[in-house]
Amino acid sequence: MKIKLIFLFLLSFITNSLFAQTQQNPFYSNGKIYVVVTVMSIIFTGIIIYLVRIDRRLKKTERELKDNK
Amino acid sequence: MDETVRNLNYHVPMWFTMIALLSVSVANSIKYLKTFDMRYDIIASKCAGVGVVFGLMGLATGSVWARFSWGDWWTTDAKLNGAAIGVLMYLAYLILRNSLEDASKKARVSSVYSIFAFPLFIVFAWVLPKMAANSMHPGSGDTVGFNKYPLNNNLRMTFYPAVMGWIAMGWWLATLLIRNEFLIHDKQSNEIPD
Repeated sequence: MKIKLIFLFLLSFITNSLFAQTQQNPFYSNGKIYVVVTVMSIIFTGIIIYLVRIDRRLKKTERELKDNK
Repeated sequence: MDETVRNLNYHVPMWFTMIALLSVSVANSIKYLKTFDMRYDIIASKCAGVGVVFGLMGLATGSVWARFSWGDWWTTDAKLNGAAIGVLMYLAYLILRNSLEDASKKARVSSVYSIFAFPLFIVFAWVLPKMAANSMHPGSGDTVGFNKYPLNNNLRMTFYPAVMGWIAMGWWLATLLIRNEFLIHDKQSNEIPD
């Protein structure tokens, strides 16, 4: 479920780039501020994915430490 | 440059964070080879792992910035290729670690690897692009660095805190993983008295 949601989120970026060739590309408007928004989203997504992975690893550790008691 | 100059607070600190984490990593690799204490190897490997994540985010953000400032996702620029090689070298470090079964062998081999990889990373991502004849990337080749632009001081005022904040973020992520590994390590060393 989580993976599907992340995948959908990433797909939304691809749909943006489909319109890259048209003149009305929002990325070139307002002094290209949406480039900054995209960059921020990439970093935000990256950190969230990494935090989810850390959460999973921590869960594994918790299980291991509980089983060995 | 337009408003994209604000990426200075996101794209550039990614690389600063990566270099900071890799410095911690290589320092702990050297400590490991001196003492053979597994705790140093854990610190070294986790810092490198988080460093690679920041490097990948640096590549991705730089690619988007290049698309709308230079017109292409990737240009054959000394800075871009050098940074990509550097990140790949550290990806190889992580793969090397995963491919070795024996814990102490893994620690020794990867520590030695990281001592070689770190100077090469600095050379590829920083020194060689600086010496390159032509480069579009600011701060390398004959282009001027951002500190030569008539930057308005507001940007400078946010840039330095941003760098410190991102380095703190990277270090915090690394400590989470390190503390997790320490728990497993301590548990295992309690089970097998040596």
